[in-house]
Amino acid sequence: MPSQELEAAYEIYTQYEGMRNVSAGPKLEVRQLNAFYGTKQALYDVDLAIEPNKVTALIGPSGCGKSTLIRCLNRMHELVPDARVKGQVLLDGSDIYSKALDPVDVRRRIGMVFQKPNPFPNMSIADNVVAGLRLNGVRDRGRLEEAGRRSLQRVYLWDEVKDELKRSGASLSGGQQQRLCIARALAIEPEVILMDEPCSALDPTATAKIEELIAELKAQYTVVIVTHNMQQASRVADYTAFMYLGKLIEYGETTALFERPKEQLTERYITGKFG
Amino acid sequence: MRSRRFLLDKVLISLVCMSVVIAIVPLASILYYVTIRGLPAMNPGFFTKLPPLPLPGAPGGLGNAIQGTLILVGLAACIGLPFGVLSGIYVSEYGKNFYGLTVRFLGDVLVGNPSIVVGILGFILLFRPFHGDNLYAGVFSLSIIMIPIVSIATAEALNLVPSSIREASAALGIRKWRTSLLVVSNAKSGVATGALLATARVMGEAAPLILTVGWSNFWYAGPTAPVASLTYAIWSFGTSGLQNWVNLAWGAAFFLIVMVIAINLAVRLLTRGRITYA
Repeated sequence: MPSQELEAAYEIYTQYEGMRNVSAGPKLEVRQLNAFYGTKQALYDVDLAIEPNKVTALIGPSGCGKSTLIRCLNRMHELVPDARVKGQVLLDGSDIYSKALDPVDVRRRIGMVFQKPNPFPNMSIADNVVAGLRLNGVRDRGRLEEAGRRSLQRVYLWDEVKDELKRSGASLSGGQQQRLCIARALAIEPEVILMDEPCSALDPTATAKIEELIAELKAQYTVVIVTHNMQQASRVADYTAFMYLGKLIEYGETTALFERPKEQLTERYITGKFG
Repeated sequence: MRSRRFLLDKVLISLVCMSVVIAIVPLASILYYVTIRGLPAMNPGFFTKLPPLPLPGAPGGLGNAIQGTLILVGLAACIGLPFGVLSGIYVSEYGKNFYGLTVRFLGDVLVGNPSIVVGILGFILLFRPFHGDNLYAGVFSLSIIMIPIVSIATAEALNLVPSSIREASAALGIRKWRTSLLVVSNAKSGVATGALLATARVMGEAAPLILTVGWSNFWYAGPTAPVASLTYAIWSFGTSGLQNWVNLAWGAAFFLIVMVIAINLAVRLLTRGRITYA
């Protein structure tokens, strides 16, 4: 079949997938989540339903637990020594903390992009994109090249790097590196993408590119983004959660939360009275 | 007026320079002496002939000792390097617990352990079962000396790899052991440095060899026979009082020093211009 037709079919398929997700309730559901670092509690009884194919932003002042919360969503939190989690996180209705599930499989379904771009420094651009596939055992050259090209195209990096795929991933600019990291996360075809302040190390132009990308990604993925930049939340997010001192204070549609906050704490934060 | 600080500065700088001179003088004099005395012994026969009879002016070389040292160090590296590297990976990547800290502590203790004590261990465990000097006991002792050196160097090198790489890998759903390999591949030159330095270190060991493999005047004759080595030659020929033997001992010392310097230079070349994470 010609590749154009294939892509069209793929497009229809993903749209259908998206519709099916919408009718299936929240993609991720956080229930009574408590998180600890040793004896220090970082999250208190957080309940949150993350809608499929939407962008959900977590905002709040430094130390409010927004990064801890997002790291609980793909079991990255427990990689910190002495870190513990109590409560549930349901992915399509099944608890990712259940004993029957391997955290490695959870992380393949829920990808993550970090604050600082972190391409593997000893790998070329091409190897970076498909690192998740290769190190999970995919050997087929053709499949790797195809997945790499498609991921790079999705983040609009392909045209910039297609002639120098053998160069080190660390040789790119900060914004390109972050898009490379997003492409790397997309290559393993996750269902949810978590982004922990993905633009805080980038300049405004690079930030704008990433934000455009986030808006496009939600057609196929569910996106959760941590940001301390309220303008960014209002630009990219459909839903916004405001957190303070480890508690979820308010959660709702972004426009409603910014224009008619229900809680006084939210209002004081978004009007810059503290934070 | 010249201030107190100015004077203090001058005094301290001259103290520092003096210390450098004091540290360099013995090193330079060793190099000078060994070169002056050892260089004349360097001829084709030194590398290819067996040791001479204890008669004045009898010709000969240390071919068997060079062969023995290469066999001993080569085999010790085959055993010591894998164990050292693996235990280093364990300490750095899996060892944030009681066992890891214990391994780390024991490594620190073993690295300062006098090599003759390790030689006694080899003697007790492997000398007596074979009723005499043998290759196994020597290789065992040398590899035991290598393990903690390589282990600590590996762990240190891996610790320098930023944790963001481990996080990035874990977030891609990559299993822990593959993530560890990825970390190792980011610290290749550090691990290789530790391996080469440990190899250089055991190349210069004499005490454990005296206790375990002894000396042979002939070429290598199998694993259950005594094996000649350069360090043993330095010790026994150097104190023999026979001029041609003493000359050979100087030659052996010179050759060993050249080898060790070559390994250190290799390390420098290997680590030059690499990305460091310090």
